[in-house]
Amino acid sequence: MAERLAPRRGEWIDRNRPLEFSFEGKKHTGFAGDTISSALWVSGRRLLGRSFKYHRPRGIFSFADHDVNVMVQDRSLLNIRADVTLLEGGQKLRAVNTVGGLKMDLGQLNNRLARFLPVGFYYKSFHKPAKLFPYYERLIRKAAGLGYVTPDEERRHWGKAYGFADVLVVGAGPSGLAAAAAAGEAGAKVVLVDENAHPGGTLTYAEGANGEANGMLADLLRRVEASPNVEYRAETVASAHFEEHWVPLVHREDGMTKMRAGSVVVAGGAMEQPAVFRNNDMPGVMLGSAALRLIHRYAVKPFDKGVVLAANSDAYGVTLDLLRAGVEVAAVVDLRHDGEESELGGAVREAGVRVYTGHCVYEARAAKKGLGVGEAIIAPLDVQNNPIPSRAFEVGCDGISMSVGWAANAALLAQSGCRLGYSEDLHQFVPVELADGIFASGRVNGVYRAEDKIRDGERAGILAARHVGEGKAADVPAEVPRHPGPAPSHPYPVYDHPKGMAFVDLDEDVQLKDIKNSIQEGFDSIALVNRFATLGMGPSQGKHSNTNGIRIVARLMTKTVEETGTITSRPFFHPVPMGVLAGRSFHPARRTPMHRRHEERGAVFMRAGDWFRPEYYATPGRGREDAILDEVRAVRLGVGLIDVGTLGKLEVAGPNALELIERICTGKFAKLKVGMTRYALMTDEAGTITDDGVCARLSDEHFYLTATTSGVDALYREMTRWVKVWGLDAEVTNYSNAFAAMNLAGPLSREVLSGMTDLDLSEDAFPYLGVREGRVTGVPARVMRVGFVGELGYEVHVPADGGLHAWDAITEAGKAFGIRPFGVEAQRRLRLEKGHVIVGQDTDGLTNPWEANMGWAVKLDKPFFIGQRTLKILEKRGQEVEQRGGEDRRLIGQRTQDRKLAGFALVYGGEGPRPKECHLAIEDGEIIGRVTSIAYSEALGKVIGLAFLPADRAVGSCFQIRADGGALVDAEVVEVPFYDPDNSRQKGGQREVTYQGGKA
Amino acid sequence: MKILNCPINGPRPVQEFVFGGELREMPDPDVATDAEWTDYVYNRNGAPGLRREWWYHLASGTWFVAERDTGTNDVKKTYLYGDEVEHG
Repeated sequence: MAERLAPRRGEWIDRNRPLEFSFEGKKHTGFAGDTISSALWVSGRRLLGRSFKYHRPRGIFSFADHDVNVMVQDRSLLNIRADVTLLEGGQKLRAVNTVGGLKMDLGQLNNRLARFLPVGFYYKSFHKPAKLFPYYERLIRKAAGLGYVTPDEERRHWGKAYGFADVLVVGAGPSGLAAAAAAGEAGAKVVLVDENAHPGGTLTYAEGANGEANGMLADLLRRVEASPNVEYRAETVASAHFEEHWVPLVHREDGMTKMRAGSVVVAGGAMEQPAVFRNNDMPGVMLGSAALRLIHRYAVKPFDKGVVLAANSDAYGVTLDLLRAGVEVAAVVDLRHDGEESELGGAVREAGVRVYTGHCVYEARAAKKGLGVGEAIIAPLDVQNNPIPSRAFEVGCDGISMSVGWAANAALLAQSGCRLGYSEDLHQFVPVELADGIFASGRVNGVYRAEDKIRDGERAGILAARHVGEGKAADVPAEVPRHPGPAPSHPYPVYDHPKGMAFVDLDEDVQLKDIKNSIQEGFDSIALVNRFATLGMGPSQGKHSNTNGIRIVARLMTKTVEETGTITSRPFFHPVPMGVLAGRSFHPARRTPMHRRHEERGAVFMRAGDWFRPEYYATPGRGREDAILDEVRAVRLGVGLIDVGTLGKLEVAGPNALELIERICTGKFAKLKVGMTRYALMTDEAGTITDDGVCARLSDEHFYLTATTSGVDALYREMTRWVKVWGLDAEVTNYSNAFAAMNLAGPLSREVLSGMTDLDLSEDAFPYLGVREGRVTGVPARVMRVGFVGELGYEVHVPADGGLHAWDAITEAGKAFGIRPFGVEAQRRLRLEKGHVIVGQDTDGLTNPWEANMGWAVKLDKPFFIGQRTLKILEKRGQEVEQRGGEDRRLIGQRTQDRKLAGFALVYGGEGPRPKECHLAIEDGEIIGRVTSIAYSEALGKVIGLAFLPADRAVGSCFQIRADGGALVDAEVVEVPFYDPDNSRQKGGQREVTYQGGKA
Repeated sequence: MKILNCPINGPRPVQEFVFGGELREMPDPDVATDAEWTDYVYNRNGAPGLRREWWYHLASGTWFVAERDTGTNDVKKTYLYGDEVEHG
């Protein structure tokens, strides 16, 4: 293991706490405070990852999570950013993008085949023939994955928290620290976040050469710590900006804080940008700031003998720091013909380092043994900035450091709606127009010198505090001018090579020539090149590639960078573990008062919206189908009890209650007598069925309206809105939760109920469709004679806290009559035998009442109801069709619909697959409709169902249903209702039973 | 996460609200032509701009009107239905 540098003031590692871990099966040791990358680099390993497409060897590059060269997996944790993730003891790490391990990665064959994998290869190659696509897709998916999902690992939950701050400061470098201190001192509640483990930003590495940085940082930290208003959060990424300053703060361990701030200071600094030359991705080639971070934060020597590629004064600071760290600097290669004129330049020359001005690194070549850099090929530049290969020479080295420019870390600014413009003085994008409540400071604002950044941060902090009404007394400092003197960035650090492998984007292995080819193919805007060449489409979203990419596109299209435009990185700015986003799911669960009893009785529950309803009651020794048929039989032959407490239950009261119901429902209710109920159907303005239920008149101005379980909330909402719009004097109250309800159904139901109520249940006193209020089992109750399942039945509504008591009492009284609880599935079959429609199952988002055979419930001759006007148009259109097509018999009777719900029965011998709901109806190979309900009816000895079919299909006509697996099953249109067509049973008239399944 | 200002309950997170569509006058069904009526039923104005919209505060059952710029998603003001007329 290579040695660390001597202990350094301010270093981030704790030398007293060594940590053991393994990488690719080999044991290593680092220190607490190391990142995974720094711990690997100090061990002498240079090959830390493989690139995405060509599987090229990769090492530390930006060392700031601005590339994904080093992405590792630790058991179930995928795609860990090794550059910035703290080392933990016991980690078992491996690189994510290899086939058979990092060293022998079989995927590197792609590197040899690179010339056969041109830009857009996937887009072009795998479309035809279409039938082979699934095969290609499998291959591509296998090749495209990063990491492996490990389903056996224990599931992990991340927390979510809500946070509030007056001022959110993003970035704890010099300007961010100053902004936080100033805003806090002005009285604003400040949250300061930084993605690093320690605050200080550039002060912890870049200014290391001048020694003043430590003092500045200490002063700033003292101010921040002294302010009780500032809360600092380390290792926290402000990963997006959504409207109204809603910023998700992501912490790898703690999860997400949904931070809402009054104003935001973006002090995210700048991201160092690479030069583009052949093999600029080779392990050992890294950004100058990466080399500095290795030295100053982790006491790690980046390499032993380096070449420094320079285009700004930062490069000379890097050179001096390298020398102090004991690195031999073989050459400084300055892209600028004038070189560096500052004191730093002089210091480097004084140190005896060879400086080549007006030269570039033309190519990196690998060492004879190994995959890292062995030499740099240096070429002079002509005045046009083009390399002159004929005069190139080589310099031996094991590292190349690049300091050629910066890009503003402006993703949050762009997401918040700030306008960015390209400064030709600085060669970077800077904010031109800030969005409301957004402030920028430091490098992102084009301010580079430490003391200037602090002043700029100070100013932003006070402005941000004033934005939320604090710090009115504080003076706003003067605007800090942008960086004076030579630009910190080179305008075009891009050097072509005939053999290629000059990478613009390391995430996606996008080469310079790929961008050229994209433009030749006609993708002539940055947004198109971006997508076609996958420039900036990798996990780091172009942090190290967009700037050069835009410059290259600009040059190729002879436009300015400003005209070429920017690429806005999408939320989230850094990728976020899926688990942090997913969190836990909180689904409300609603249970009726009788739920416990259902459980005891063996109910198998199903969800109906948020509700749990018994689908059926399991009986030992009987399967699902048998249990359901038992329940159906009980209702048809004896008596059954179903919990219908999930039904919507509304009360409508007041002088205009009738008027409201008339306007909401399609039927007429004015003549509905007190004590009677009537079917109620609701449509929307397009005439589409939205809900149905029963409307009971309790008094002249008091109605009780039931609705479907899943529809009642929307119905209630709409009714309360219309009350306001129409200015009606009526009150709608939602009693859905306040009442329990159960339906006692079957020919013996009257016998069961008669012993336990004060109501007169005789046919004359309480006829079919009647409603009565009285007591049932001592509980105040509303009882309605209903016929949904097609038998004599009483729907008993009681206050919710009396529900369980009533259920138990009725069950007890029913024992003598063989009562049986029945579930939703039995109820569905019972009503299907009657041909009753379930809104939402047998209707869809376009079904009008005629299509559902419910024209009888629609009264177009009343003054108004929602949907009436549209239904009148439909009716008129139907009449016109009828007149036009007088001799076309198919159209007669078809008036207002193209399709209708038809009953059918399978011509079915019991063998083969049984069709299911939503299976398609087929005729002569064409789709003519679909099944909406289907079930076996024991009463009829057939499989029956409802299906949407063309309106002209008469009883007796045949069609087919395509079941699972494609089998075609024959079906015949039959008369509806299937069972008891005269409804004599529910009216209480008929007691004798004709039942194929059994005897009463 | 947006915050909407319910006229009854004050600022609340937008998850507590249900969008109720643009506030549009229903044409008189007895007077409107078929074309006018179907235009009302089926056509919506999708162009960005200032709109009066229905919003419903789910937790309290409050319908109100929000004036929202659908281009910028800025809510200019909120008030109970009918209040705007009274206050001019």
